[in-house]
Amino acid sequence: MAKMTMVQALNLALHQEMEKDDAILVLGEDVAVDGGVFRVTEGLLEKYGELRVIDTPLAESAIIGTAVGMAIHGLKPVCEIQFSGFSYLAFHQLESHAARMRWRSRGAYHVPLVLRTPYGGGVRALEHHSESRESYYAHTPGLKMVIPSSPRNARALLVSAMRDPDPVVFFEPKSIYRAFREEVPDEEEALPIGSAQVVREGNDLTLISYGAMMQPTLTAADRLAEEDGIQADVIDLLSISPLDEETCVNSVRKTGRVVIVNEAPRSFGPAAEVMARLIEKSFWYLEAPIRRVTGYDVIIPLFAYEQAYLPDAQRILRVARETLDVVS
Amino acid sequence: MIDELRQYSQEFLASLYRRMVLVREFELRAIEERRGGLIPGFIHSCVGQEASAVGATAALREDDVITSTHRGHGHLLGKGGAPQYMMAELAARSSGYCLGRGGSLHISDFDLGILGANGIVGGGIPIAVGAALAFQMQHSSRVALAFFGDGAVNEGAFHEAANLAGLWALPVILFCENNLYGEGTPQDRQAPIADLAKRAESYGFPGVIVDGNDVLAVYATVKAAVSRARAGEGPTLVEAKTYRFRGHYEGDPQVYRKPGEMESWRQRDPVPAFRQRLLTSGRFDEAALKVLEQGVQAELDEAVAFAAAAPYPEVGEALSGVYGETHGGLVF
Ligand SMILES: Cc1ncc(C[n+]2csc(CCOP(=O)(O)OP(=O)(O)O)c2C)c(N)n1
Ligand SMILES: [Mg+2]
Repeated sequence: MAKMTMVQALNLALHQEMEKDDAILVLGEDVAVDGGVFRVTEGLLEKYGELRVIDTPLAESAIIGTAVGMAIHGLKPVCEIQFSGFSYLAFHQLESHAARMRWRSRGAYHVPLVLRTPYGGGVRALEHHSESRESYYAHTPGLKMVIPSSPRNARALLVSAMRDPDPVVFFEPKSIYRAFREEVPDEEEALPIGSAQVVREGNDLTLISYGAMMQPTLTAADRLAEEDGIQADVIDLLSISPLDEETCVNSVRKTGRVVIVNEAPRSFGPAAEVMARLIEKSFWYLEAPIRRVTGYDVIIPLFAYEQAYLPDAQRILRVARETLDVVS
Repeated sequence: MIDELRQYSQEFLASLYRRMVLVREFELRAIEERRGGLIPGFIHSCVGQEASAVGATAALREDDVITSTHRGHGHLLGKGGAPQYMMAELAARSSGYCLGRGGSLHISDFDLGILGANGIVGGGIPIAVGAALAFQMQHSSRVALAFFGDGAVNEGAFHEAANLAGLWALPVILFCENNLYGEGTPQDRQAPIADLAKRAESYGFPGVIVDGNDVLAVYATVKAAVSRARAGEGPTLVEAKTYRFRGHYEGDPQVYRKPGEMESWRQRDPVPAFRQRLLTSGRFDEAALKVLEQGVQAELDEAVAFAAAAPYPEVGEALSGVYGETHGGLVF
């Protein structure tokens, strides 16, 4: 057990899986000599050499495309795209090929590739360096979309992503890359993709979130307990796709009230999909309209107004209280 | 060397030198103000690449257009961008070029033909080619110039756009600043050829190599490419060999530099080199250059003061402007 940041925990996952499985290789821009923009791939080149830790030219489409070609020939590429805002250049290869190869080849081929990329705001970065567009990938049949929220679950989910036989888009919440440390066990552990976790239990209200937004969501839950005597079930989705509908539905059937938080723009975002599933499966249990707290339908603004864009504990708290105030 | 300068007017030489100093000092000031807290976010400075930015833009007309890059401050200042609005944008203030929404990576001024810096490597190249296509369709004599780095020529966008430009003989100059690195990866580990100008051949137009640290050489080369473009003879790829003196971004540990490389390029620092050339020519004396340099400092003092005094955008302002009138903007 050691206390680690998320960057260290992800690095540990890569080291341990690469040690165990020779088929895994890492490729991307500045991942080898530099150890990655955020240092997630640090030390891999020294340990596993240039054949398994590859600095590529600037060529996002070719990074993912060549990874598809390698993946259908027995390798397990873990690609880094420096910021999720650059992944659109690779979108064609992901959407048109990585996601479809299994289906298209009637199961003859499958694509065990992982695309790791930092996403989200809160680090005073500029446009294309702060966005949250997980819906693009979650909306694509054939891709899995995973977003961890802490060092320990980041490590355990990345391990699962590397073991998964299908392509996984793995978004890393850069604003909490180094924001806090957590005990991470020395021995490998894996968390199943497609399972949410109930990270706090209560009967009055359900709060559903994921990724960097778990921090303000948990703060809001603490404050509801302290200031209002309200106990919330807090669900960390961990996987956006496949979505763990059952965990969400079970909680809402118990509490009857729910607020969903995502940092992405509101329209067609993950919260909308969660809402739709809850309406389908827990409508008769609801005691108040389902609410969401989200980013706005704008390009995430620079610095000064980034904080106004990002959902925070205060906004979550206000909407949670409105939900609790509804008399059924 | 004296002969070479003779063809240029006193005013022109002075304006080139002043712009180079402006670019250099703007960058150093921005770095200082970032440390001091006025500027949030990151900066990719072009210190060392002033001659290519200034030489290339000096060869353009006011109504010509450029697309720029993440390392774009020199391109923008060269094309006439105002230091105070740039500084205010870097400081995320509402008086900045993008109302403080975009920062360094997205400065644009369409009135000056600056179609934008760009946070996406290679993103501007097809846009410049499209502008050139519009000019061709409109029977205009305007041209477009796309700035990009040695890393960008490995992106698909470069190849798709270069092919179109060659196929349709478009009035565009593809200007590659080869500073030998794409972020931390040396150019020789990004492409199997050292002379990127060669890539033009496969798209059916000339590729020219120029000393990117020699402002007059850059100017003359781009001038010739512009003439070709205006005459309907199609695109040119210009590869300016240069070097950046600072990190990829401010704070970059620069572990990737090759030994001795920085020192040898420092000997060819474009700003003092041009200064020396002006003095040697006998056409400028120390005092005249000092006046220019002091003028730049005064302009930058004002720019910083302007940025520091400018307000941050109102929340509504920062969260709007995505659509035109047909859409109400924020719907909740
Ligand atoms: C599509 C895309 N990929 C990666 C990046 C991250 N990035 C920004 S600049 C840069 C290096 C660009 O190298 P080059 O084109 O040579 O320009 P230079 O920085 O040397 O001026 C990288 C990798 C980006 N902004 N956009
Ligand atoms: Mg470069």
